[in-house]
Amino acid sequence: MQQPESSDLSRILAPVLARHGKDSAQLLQILRDVQDACHHIPAEAIDQIAAHLDVPRVTVEGVVGFYSFLSTQPVGQYRLLFSNNITDQMLGKDDLLKYLCNKLWVEQGRVSEDGLISVDNTSCTGMCDQGPAALINGWPLTNLDQNRLDLIAELIRSQKPVAEWPPMLFEVVDNICRTDVLLGEPFTPGAAIKQVLARGAKETLAEMDQSNLRGRGGAGFKTASKWSFCHAAIAEEEGSVICDIGGNPERFIVCNADEGEPGTFKDRVLLNSHADLVFEGMTVGARVVGASKGFLYLRGEYRYLLEKLEGVLKRRREAGLLGDNILGQAGFSFDIEIHLGAGAYICGEESALIESLEGKRGRPRNRPPFPVTHGYKGRPTVVDNVETFACSARIAEKGGEWFAAMGTAQSTGTKLLSISGDVARPGIYEYPFGVTLRQILDDCGAEDPYAVQVSGPSGVMVSWKEFDRKIAFEDLPTAGAFMVFKRSRDLFQAARNFAHFFAHESCGFCTPCRVGTQLQKKIMDKIGSGHGTICDMEELKRLGFILKSMSHCGLGSSAANPMLDALEKFPDVFERKLKALAFEPAFDLDGALETARRITGRDDEWAHL
Amino acid sequence: MGTFMSKTITIDGQVVPFKEGQTIMDAAMAADVYIPHLCHNPEFTPHGSCKLCTVKVNGRNVASCTMPAVEGQQVLSDTLELNDERLSLTQMLFVEGNHICPSCEKSGNCQLQAVAYYLGMMSPHYNHFYPQREVDASHPDVLLDRNRCIYCELCVRASRDVDGKNVFGLSGRGIGSTLVVNSASGLLGDTNLAATDKAMQVCPTGALLKKRQGFTVPIGQRIFDHHTIKDVQLGDKHE
Repeated sequence: MQQPESSDLSRILAPVLARHGKDSAQLLQILRDVQDACHHIPAEAIDQIAAHLDVPRVTVEGVVGFYSFLSTQPVGQYRLLFSNNITDQMLGKDDLLKYLCNKLWVEQGRVSEDGLISVDNTSCTGMCDQGPAALINGWPLTNLDQNRLDLIAELIRSQKPVAEWPPMLFEVVDNICRTDVLLGEPFTPGAAIKQVLARGAKETLAEMDQSNLRGRGGAGFKTASKWSFCHAAIAEEEGSVICDIGGNPERFIVCNADEGEPGTFKDRVLLNSHADLVFEGMTVGARVVGASKGFLYLRGEYRYLLEKLEGVLKRRREAGLLGDNILGQAGFSFDIEIHLGAGAYICGEESALIESLEGKRGRPRNRPPFPVTHGYKGRPTVVDNVETFACSARIAEKGGEWFAAMGTAQSTGTKLLSISGDVARPGIYEYPFGVTLRQILDDCGAEDPYAVQVSGPSGVMVSWKEFDRKIAFEDLPTAGAFMVFKRSRDLFQAARNFAHFFAHESCGFCTPCRVGTQLQKKIMDKIGSGHGTICDMEELKRLGFILKSMSHCGLGSSAANPMLDALEKFPDVFERKLKALAFEPAFDLDGALETARRITGRDDEWAHL
Repeated sequence: MGTFMSKTITIDGQVVPFKEGQTIMDAAMAADVYIPHLCHNPEFTPHGSCKLCTVKVNGRNVASCTMPAVEGQQVLSDTLELNDERLSLTQMLFVEGNHICPSCEKSGNCQLQAVAYYLGMMSPHYNHFYPQREVDASHPDVLLDRNRCIYCELCVRASRDVDGKNVFGLSGRGIGSTLVVNSASGLLGDTNLAATDKAMQVCPTGALLKKRQGFTVPIGQRIFDHHTIKDVQLGDKHE
């Protein structure tokens, strides 16, 4: 990969900078475009972007360094990133990655000599129901096997542009296996907004309150409370009650579509096939809290949905469902802008997401203040999950009582589950809250299920003894991931995969998470390589305690969950790997002699310890 | 103690008054109660990254440097459990970087070292990471040794908020975080940093050093050779 000439660079940059304007909040969007065009962010581009946005160079460099999909060094003209979730691994990803690297004569993590290709891992791309999956220059590849990799290697060698590759390689299916009120019933765009306009904003908030809808991102905060705090924030600030819901003062509605939790892919399906429901829910929220601007923060891995979603937004503008005077209501203005992420799980945390929306490093903020009062650009902001907005649209249309009648008293409505792993029918399942794991496992055709990772690595590992537990905020709360492991699976490998995931995704802001997730990873690798002892198991517990109690945000405080759960529920998976019960150094003395052996060409008995 | 009109919290049972807008750390320092910290410096906007100042408020752990004091809070700070966790965090800071005190010219004036003394750190406990980090000696008057950086961002804040220069920033992510400087070459010598900048006075470790001054005060006669960090930081007000 040659450095583009500076005149070339200006030719690439000029339209990008013109398109995004001078607001520094556009920084990440600009960098994404430059990365796409140049396969990295050249040093000179950093200078020009910094000058264009009038921010220090060091700020731009900091943002480039934070996001996995951006790089200051060239990546391959064809950049192939394998999804590294445990479900991909279970489908043979590790061997496939090696196979492709051998075929293309490229080392994992390095760029080929001619700059043509680089192959590496990336965090879960949200295709667990059709893995092993990968991204080629940001576009998803699914159902990978050797045949497909042979074809892909050929396409790369012949330097065929990715846009001209056979569409079959990029096919992403919804795999909706069970529907209920959210996915199963038809929805007419505008139906919910009409109801809101007829009923009134305050009354709609009352319906939301009655529905007892709780956030679908996993934390389960009551949505009506969030909305009313956001609405009240301005009232408090100005010392008066706001009656004219709609115009200024500025508030924001943000839809969190940074679906990064490994094993979760329900938002992918909602956005692909039910985007109207999501955008309508955002519009309902905007009416209730008085926002005129909304953002959909779409994870970089779902970039392939962008054009389709822009099309839905366009259609909604044309139908009078977005823009000024929505459905003829004077003063009701609201529009939605899509921002793309660039490979950072932490941006699913709402305050980190807001930082990222502002074009910064995705670092969780100190709280208080909370986003409902001090969010995007310091203004009151509602950040809700994709599914939460879809539910909101249904509630606005059909009423709170209707919604509250489903599920359990504390967990009303239905929940979308993204089921993957050792099951006959992976895909999306919609259930009323309160359903037991046993029921779900029956429905999806789980074979000899032994454990389920509910809500992803940050959630809970549930053992076969607990399959009568229920999906509900009061029992097993979940953002939607549901990864099934059969008896013959190595659960240690699952926990180890998750330890690597958290170490990779830690933002690095706070000490316990930055260092603690690394220590966890190293200990899991030590045990995995057969050098573990009882002391290491104790050390994991101690680290878990520190991570939980000292971390800055939810990533750190949940980063030990897989280890702690596995230690508690499946101690045998660790003990089987232990070399000795006494102390064993992490340092591999014999391994350290390897270089010396290579140099001297010896491999006899005396060259080993 | 304040008059009965003023608002108060308790820290380890001691009644501590506070003014509206103060954090728990502010109130504690004003009342001569020491809570260990590294990334906090009362002259700058609280950051909350080192987590050493974590205290337990009504049963929940919070960073005292960023948490506003609220009437009636019962704060626990000097407890066995918290000090033990602070010790672990300090050990983490030591092993993630390359902190070789005997060969560091900041030894004796280093807050990281002093906090380690204060918390009774006798060993690093964890395995050293031995990261490869760059040293930048390009500036005529300043040495930047990233091996000793603990990402407190005090230099970042000082350069941005006081010097108005934005010389420093963080790049990378997670354990790959790195202190970067505001020049296309990536070298400190190509920035407009001056040795007299505020950014040069705030580094708690030996990551940012003024050249040619390392041993003007001999080892053995330095601040933390004779005082605890508790006494020094509470005494800062009088200096």
